[in-house]
Amino acid sequence: MLDEALRSDLQKRGIFVASFEDLYNWGRKNSLWPLQFGLACCAIEMIATAAARFDMARFGAEVFRPSPRQADLMIIAGTVTKKMAPLVVRLYNQMPEPKYVIAMGACAISGGPFKEGYNVLKGIDRYIPVDVAIPGCPPRPEALLEGLIKLQEKIEGQRLFGPNRARHADTSNAADYPVPSYGAHDLEPPMNPAVFKPEPARRDPE
Amino acid sequence: MNGVLEAIRAALPNAVVELVNNPSPSAQHSLLVDRKDGRAVAEFLRDSLGFDFCSNVSGVDWPPRKVKETVVIKEMVDGVGKEVKTTVERDVPGYLEVVYHLYSIAKKTGPAILRMRTGDRADDVSVPSLTPVWKSADFQEREVFDLFGIRFDGHPDLRRILMWDEFADHPMRKDYAAPDDFEYEPTPHDEILAKVKASTEAA
Repeated sequence: MLDEALRSDLQKRGIFVASFEDLYNWGRKNSLWPLQFGLACCAIEMIATAAARFDMARFGAEVFRPSPRQADLMIIAGTVTKKMAPLVVRLYNQMPEPKYVIAMGACAISGGPFKEGYNVLKGIDRYIPVDVAIPGCPPRPEALLEGLIKLQEKIEGQRLFGPNRARHADTSNAADYPVPSYGAHDLEPPMNPAVFKPEPARRDPE
Repeated sequence: MNGVLEAIRAALPNAVVELVNNPSPSAQHSLLVDRKDGRAVAEFLRDSLGFDFCSNVSGVDWPPRKVKETVVIKEMVDGVGKEVKTTVERDVPGYLEVVYHLYSIAKKTGPAILRMRTGDRADDVSVPSLTPVWKSADFQEREVFDLFGIRFDGHPDLRRILMWDEFADHPMRKDYAAPDDFEYEPTPHDEILAKVKASTEAA
C-alpha cells in the first residue's frame, strides 16, 4: 500500500494516487440505483426520502429504476407476505451484480408485528442476503438516509480480491438464489439455509 | 329489524327464517335463514324491502361445543312425585356461518343482518352465493371461501383471494395451526411460553 504521508504529499502537488479498488468503490457508492418498488407503508417513507424535502439525490441514489436489470440496490420497503416472497427473490435474481439489499422496517427485518401470523414472511433474510437493516415502524426518512450512508461505507470498504473479498467478487458463490414455491401449508422451502443462519433460538423461559 | 321478519314470513311462507337475538345494548338482531331459502330471501330483501347495498360479508367458525342446559324432570322421591332441576350437557355439532350486513340507501335503513349456516365443517360446507343478488359480495365471498372454506354455490369466480391457489388450509378456522416457523422472543410469555416449555421438555 501507498504510504499515507507520500500520498498526502503527492496530492498537494496535484497528483492523486488511488488504488483501483478505491476508485471502483468510490464510483459505485455514489451512484446507487435503487429498484423502484414498495410493499407496504414503509414505501411511503421511501417515497418521501426520494422526494424534495429529504432529497435522496444528495447521496447519489435518486435514480429509482423500474427494471431490476438496471438497479443495484433493492430496498425492501414493507411487509413481505409469503405470497409476495417468491416474486421478491425472483426480482433479486434478475438484478445484475454487484447488488445490495436494504431491509427497511420491522416487517422486512423479522416480520414485525405480523411475526406470529400465518401469511407474513418472518424477515426477507430467510431467502436473500441483507446488507443493511433499518429498524422502525416505519423508519423515518432520516433513518433510511442513515442506512444508505451505512451501505455506502460498507461498499467503500469492500475488497475485490483476496480472502476477504466481497460476496459478488467471489465467483464460488451462487449466482441465483432459489425461488421458493407455494406449498400446501407454507412456502417450500421455508428458508434458504445457505443464507439464513440465525442465532440458535433461546428456549429458556427464564 | 322492525317488520322485516314478518314481511318475509308473509311473502315467503315456506322459507325457514328465525330471529337470532342480540342481547347486547346494540340490539342488532339478525335473521337466520335456512340456506335452501337464502337466495329467495335475499332477492325479496333487495326487491321488495329496498335493501340495495350489501356492505359486509363475513364468516364465523363454530367448532363442536357442549351446551349446558337446566331442565326440569319429574322424579319419585320417597313415593312423592317431585320436580327436580338438573343440568344436562348437550353436544352441538360444529358448523360454519356466513353473515351479510345489508343496508338500504334508498330508505336510509339498516343494517339488516342475514345469517346462513352450513351443514358441518368438513364436507357439507356449501351455501348459496348472494353475489348474483348483490355484486359487492363478490370479493368478500371469495375471502370467506379462502379463510373459512365455505363454498358459495353460484359464485361467478370462486377462487382464493388472499392466500395462493396451492394453499390447502383455511387460516381463520379455530382449529388451524400456523407453521411454527419463527424464533421465539427473548422473553416468552402466554401461549409462546407454553410452546417454549413444551419444546424444552421435549428436547
